[in-house]
Amino acid sequence: MSRFADFGNALHSGRTSYPFVAKAKLWLTIAAVLVVLSALVPVAKGGFNLGIDFTGGSEFTVSAVPEADVATGERAVAESSDAAEAEVTNIAPETIRVRTEQLDDDETLAVKEALVSAYGVGEDDVTSNFVGPTWGAGVTSQALWGLVVFVVLATALMALYFRTWKMSVSAIAGMLATVAITAGVYSLVGFEVTPSAVIGFLTVLSYSLYDSVVVFDKVRENTEGLLEGTAPPERAGRTFSDQVNLAVNQTLVRSINTSVVGILPVGSILFIGWLVLGAGTLKDLSLALFVGIIVGTVATLFVASPLYALLRRSESAVRALEARVAAPGERAAEPAAAH
Amino acid sequence: MALTTRKTSGAAGPEAPGGSRAARPSGGSGAPVRSGVLAALSGARRSLIGLLLLLALLAGLLAWGAGTDRTGWGPKLALDLEGGTQMILSPSLQGEDAGQQITSEQLNQAVEIIRQRVDGSGVAEAEIATQSGSNIVVSMPGVPSAQTRELIQTSAEMNFRPVLTSGPAAAVPEDQRTPEDELPEPTAEPADSSDPNWITPELYQEFEATDCTVPLPPEEREAQPADEPVVACEPETGTKYLVGPVEIQGTGIADASYGTAQNSQGASLNQFAVNIQFGPEATDRFRQLSERLYGIGQSSQGDPRSQFAILLDGQVVSAPSMNAVIADGQAQITGSFTEDQARFLAEQLKYGALPVSFSIQSEQQISATLGSDQLRMGIIAGIIGLVLVCVYSLFQYRLLGLVTISSLVVAGVLTWLAITLLGWSANYRLSLAGVAGLIVAIGQTADSFIVYFERIRDEIRSGRSVPAAVDHGWRRARQTVLASKAVNLLAAAVLYFVAVGNVRGFAFTLGLTAIADLLVVFLFTHPVMVLLTRTRYFGGGGKHSGLSPEALDAVPLYRGAGRLREPGAEHDGLTIAERRRRAAQAGTEAGTPPGTPADTPAGGPGTAPAGAPVGASPSTDRTPEENA
Repeated sequence: MSRFADFGNALHSGRTSYPFVAKAKLWLTIAAVLVVLSALVPVAKGGFNLGIDFTGGSEFTVSAVPEADVATGERAVAESSDAAEAEVTNIAPETIRVRTEQLDDDETLAVKEALVSAYGVGEDDVTSNFVGPTWGAGVTSQALWGLVVFVVLATALMALYFRTWKMSVSAIAGMLATVAITAGVYSLVGFEVTPSAVIGFLTVLSYSLYDSVVVFDKVRENTEGLLEGTAPPERAGRTFSDQVNLAVNQTLVRSINTSVVGILPVGSILFIGWLVLGAGTLKDLSLALFVGIIVGTVATLFVASPLYALLRRSESAVRALEARVAAPGERAAEPAAAH
Repeated sequence: MALTTRKTSGAAGPEAPGGSRAARPSGGSGAPVRSGVLAALSGARRSLIGLLLLLALLAGLLAWGAGTDRTGWGPKLALDLEGGTQMILSPSLQGEDAGQQITSEQLNQAVEIIRQRVDGSGVAEAEIATQSGSNIVVSMPGVPSAQTRELIQTSAEMNFRPVLTSGPAAAVPEDQRTPEDELPEPTAEPADSSDPNWITPELYQEFEATDCTVPLPPEEREAQPADEPVVACEPETGTKYLVGPVEIQGTGIADASYGTAQNSQGASLNQFAVNIQFGPEATDRFRQLSERLYGIGQSSQGDPRSQFAILLDGQVVSAPSMNAVIADGQAQITGSFTEDQARFLAEQLKYGALPVSFSIQSEQQISATLGSDQLRMGIIAGIIGLVLVCVYSLFQYRLLGLVTISSLVVAGVLTWLAITLLGWSANYRLSLAGVAGLIVAIGQTADSFIVYFERIRDEIRSGRSVPAAVDHGWRRARQTVLASKAVNLLAAAVLYFVAVGNVRGFAFTLGLTAIADLLVVFLFTHPVMVLLTRTRYFGGGGKHSGLSPEALDAVPLYRGAGRLREPGAEHDGLTIAERRRRAAQAGTEAGTPPGTPADTPAGGPGTAPAGAPVGASPSTDRTPEENA
């Protein structure tokens, strides 16, 4: 069998073990730095590159252009409308995009016709799109609402399922770090923020929590009964953090496989969307997802899980267990404390 | 992993009697085990048959629909894939009510009016829907004409006009029309709006020629000057009216409601009535109108001129006759209303009180060629992604990868059927965002299998036989899959209900695929695994099965000389430091059995005998026969 299976075997038995929990503070610091950097990227670049859905305006896309000359488009717009300025870009091979301030109906039709004749394409090759300035604000506030509702419900769901709010808090922290870093990368690449990208970010939220739930389920299993002293005997001599770390290591193969399987289809959309189509729903969505799946998986390992172990260490029962493990002689005298 | 006897949840308990799949196939022999294996197998067969029936039912339904031309074989496509125009309109109130909030009833009325207008203008297949309670989305194939755009945006007016004459909806056949010399001829200037002198020969000819059995084109409905008599139709009752100039504007209505009618003693009559409350100015005008019409009704019984017509957007919605003089501005319309009709009329009147106009917030025109290009690329991306996932699964899980691939195929077929049938029954349309959702779902669906397979491998590493590992691994994996899919479904539901526009299409497909995934894992993947473990190759952990104990570095349960290693325990997953600690502990605790704390109150039949050495106590969740 493959070396990967050997790797899984070693992780399962504990022969190979990565210090996800032992170096918790290091990982959390790195994550915090990355989050801050991600917040600084859009600031340094002068804000996100917002699409017309958020800024308002008119947009025309001309496809199957035999000669993608930008000046042709600028002339066509100037001659057919009163638009103060037209931003004409060659966004992909054979594709021209024209952006103007918001035009009214008649002007939209006029510009469309002008573009058809200027580029010598068919009526069907020009699409137009205009968005009022308030539309994007509505979309954004709806998305934020969705975020708040989802976070509240997901926190409650996880707290109920795992019977501890500390897992909810850790998973949410991992999720927020994921979204912040994903947004930072998105801004760095300079892609436009479109409603599709917003969908992508919202999906990343869900994926990040999904991933944390899978790992935490194993954490819960490994730490079951540990503090109460009802754990199976082979767990004797293990601290709470040891068991959390073992769980993360044991699910590492799953985490890697899942993220690979997750990004393969997303990667192929990104590839096709970016290189072939040039712009649109597929590209924006898949970039957000591509980055988000990778960051989300990593954040579960390096943020959510270590944070959970740290949060639990503030409990007296967890510390008592650590003390017993460190000084085994006293153990017999002190049966399962706390709770 | 050791399963303790504590039942964390009903589903996880190995002894759960309800679980039909909670049987325990193992290497051991003996009647109870054998019957358990048989139960698991029959459960697996039942699940597969159930899935097959479900698929056959859905496919049969689709085949019937497609065969009888009620629907197509494929999903319905949204505008961004099919090409066409989508407009998002936001409503605004007119005049002094500007800035007021619009109620959902008003919005529904507006949708109804826009639908009638668009249908009347001859645009086929236009779809009009409300969105998140405040906007209207109009989707139509092709590019709408300037006229259609205007129709969609302008507000619909309501007004009250007295009836001059009425007749059946159909146009009077040419040969039966009033000859020219018998046409009514005005004898004087009309004195009031009910005066028959309004009827000119031309108007009467128009009245006779108008066909109210088909919807009037909007331009004809719009040409209704307020100070002139017009011809109008009431589609509800199939009546054609010739009505006088406008007496009262709809905006004069203060409120409208409906309820059961009451007689003069206040006793409830067994019929529905619609109540109108006029505002101060309109009250006065309505009093004058009611005096005149009531007078006409008294002097000549059954004269249509005792009726007044309520017109909304050029169509008569009701034409009651005046049965009393109404001085207080509180009119009640009775008749043979059903409750629904009464409510609808009340809503129309309320709408008339606050007419809504629309502004186009966003408009998108997508050419059909661009849409199909995007769809083709999306499908190509999906196929590439799917092939990569298949290759990776085979690489990671060897022959077990075939189970992943076939599960994905089943999930794909199920999703396809669901989307196509939803397109038929609920008019669900697949958008580009939806296609993206489907492609993303490939990864999330495959994850369920990964979680399951990794669990099985963990159990094999712990030394279980393949059939036992499948059984035990399933119990834990099932719980994890359910919990994590709950998060996915929650996200999909929140996105669906909160979000607008194409976010919804995406959320819908995510939720749909999560459900399809659950169905497939429970009804296909797990049953297939149970059946596979019956084969010699998989059950014995064949070399390339992906379950080979040697490759998974398993530690056998049986170590000879009657010594058993605990099957559930993670074998010594310790760092060097931990091993030292543990060695030290073992030394100091030689007399204290570490197994003691494991004796939970629920202590199962296989509870370890006190004092068993570490690493040799039978698992607490295993029944004796399994260890035998």
